[in-house]
Amino acid sequence: MKAITKKNQLEPKPTAARFWPIFSQQKYLYMMAMPFVVWAFVFSYLPLWGWTMAFQKYKPGKSFFEQKWVGLQYFRELFHDEQFYNALRNTLAMSIMGLLAGFIIPIVFAVLLNELRLQTLKRFVQTVSYLPHFVSWVVAAGIITKMLSTDNGAVNDLLMSLHLISEPIQFMAKGNFFWGIVTASDVWKETGWNTIIYLAAISGIGPELYEAARVDGASRLQQVRNITLPGIRTTIIILLIISIGHLISIGFEKQFLLGNNLVRDYSQTLDLYALNYGLGMGRFSFGTAINIFNSVVSVFLLLLANGIFKKITKESII
Amino acid sequence: MLSKKLSTTSWQDRLFDLVVYVAITIVTIATLYPFLNVLAISFNDSTDSIKGGITIFPRVFTFKNYETIFAFSGLMTGLKISILRTVIGTILGLISASMLAFTLSRVDFQARKFVSTFLALTMYVSGGLIPFYILIKNLDMMGTFAVYVLPSLVSAFNVFIIRSFIDGLPYALQESAKLDGANDFTIYWRIILPLTKPALATIALFLAVGQWNAWFDTYLYNGSKDSLTTLQYELMKVIQSTTTNADSFRGRNMTQVMAQISPESVKMAITIVVTVPILIVYPFLQRYFVKGMTLGSVKS
Repeated sequence: MKAITKKNQLEPKPTAARFWPIFSQQKYLYMMAMPFVVWAFVFSYLPLWGWTMAFQKYKPGKSFFEQKWVGLQYFRELFHDEQFYNALRNTLAMSIMGLLAGFIIPIVFAVLLNELRLQTLKRFVQTVSYLPHFVSWVVAAGIITKMLSTDNGAVNDLLMSLHLISEPIQFMAKGNFFWGIVTASDVWKETGWNTIIYLAAISGIGPELYEAARVDGASRLQQVRNITLPGIRTTIIILLIISIGHLISIGFEKQFLLGNNLVRDYSQTLDLYALNYGLGMGRFSFGTAINIFNSVVSVFLLLLANGIFKKITKESII
Repeated sequence: MLSKKLSTTSWQDRLFDLVVYVAITIVTIATLYPFLNVLAISFNDSTDSIKGGITIFPRVFTFKNYETIFAFSGLMTGLKISILRTVIGTILGLISASMLAFTLSRVDFQARKFVSTFLALTMYVSGGLIPFYILIKNLDMMGTFAVYVLPSLVSAFNVFIIRSFIDGLPYALQESAKLDGANDFTIYWRIILPLTKPALATIALFLAVGQWNAWFDTYLYNGSKDSLTTLQYELMKVIQSTTTNADSFRGRNMTQVMAQISPESVKMAITIVVTVPILIVYPFLQRYFVKGMTLGSVKS
């Protein structure tokens, strides 16, 4: 896990006069790198140019100069749309719930796994826990819907046999369950995978610390609290900051696949809103305005997270 | 190793152990059971499945569900396209990521800083769904196979993982090759590529899983082109058909018809067909992805 460092710091910066000789020397390097610069320009930077659409009454088929400029009209429309606040609320709710659960549970799971003394069992559990990460959300959504269904779904069957409920609950049809279902699905799918990094950090803690604690008579729980958790503190902070940066860009895949018309008021995220109202209805300019709003908030959150991170560790993630 | 050293265990530690084992058991069952349940239903007679009560073993064993779905042509097209995009997408993705990583690992490369920054920024800038859709449309890539491979060709994250691996190789290898008259491309192809195999295996797994699992690009760009639909997309349509009462339906091929009549067991059989290829590669690549994941996270 040792960080790899640069070995050869050489070559003073080439001056303009030396550019072409070096260029011809390095023509193969240029040939290998430049196609991808073009690629990145087309597929990452050109869509940014598409942002102009939000300020135009965009009509497909017309050239850029033939479009009619409308200024902030679509943003005004957006901020007056009730659906927008609904989508914003759902996006924030699901990302905050996802952030908390997706951040805490893998740490707990990593600590639990680390406390398993049987190595074969530990490896088996780990292998099983990665499994859902590798199936698509399409498959996961199908499985989750089946597990939660009212006819012979495992969850309802279990709750019924434990006499916790008297008749099956319609999990997928009730809006107030939706945020919880999405969060739980995400936990089910990604916990094992997200544990890898914490387990690696735990294995980097020196065994002599535990040895000393045991000599001093510390219980296992005290060892977890005073050695394991402080030992992975840095990893925890870094991952927390990174996930804050991704807070609002939760996308729409889970919500698209798990949602249905009955729970629409709780399932529509900003991205899904852009998809439904921008693409679905052909309102490209309006949808682009939603995309822009989403990006601006994302960047703001990333900078905020980076600022906090800088304060704590004197390093920058960007 | 730990337990042998402790001759006496306090009751707190015993309780702690109990809590750990119970929690781990619950998590393991909760993760594994849904898969086993789906597998069991897919091998169970479909009319019998409706009665419910199937857990992890089929009650009336049959291959009929699988025969039903394989007899349907949409599935074979989906399978073919899914395999094609996975193989081609992974190979092209590996070549481009490693090639870029190699140029970025060369400290003497004078455009290094520019290329590196230009690429790193792509991780943070994104025009969003609709400008991207319009771009694909303007590039005339709607309804083409290229739309599966080209837009996702390079991932800056993967490039940086491979680069940090190349940085760990001794530079003397490249220098001696140069003295023997090799050009930069030969060095990449003959020396760097074979030595970066562990990193490439990790990235290959990421790329392959991403390609195999993708469905949204099909939905967005190729949904009305029957000859280019993927397996995940077909499954998506079948699964969505029940949850949305078939009202938000797109596409008009056989899947739709099948979706409306397909009983649970057939649906589960499609789920298994879509999942199995991942399960096959998974044990072979596990040691790589754990290593790669750790490396990648440390670097980021």
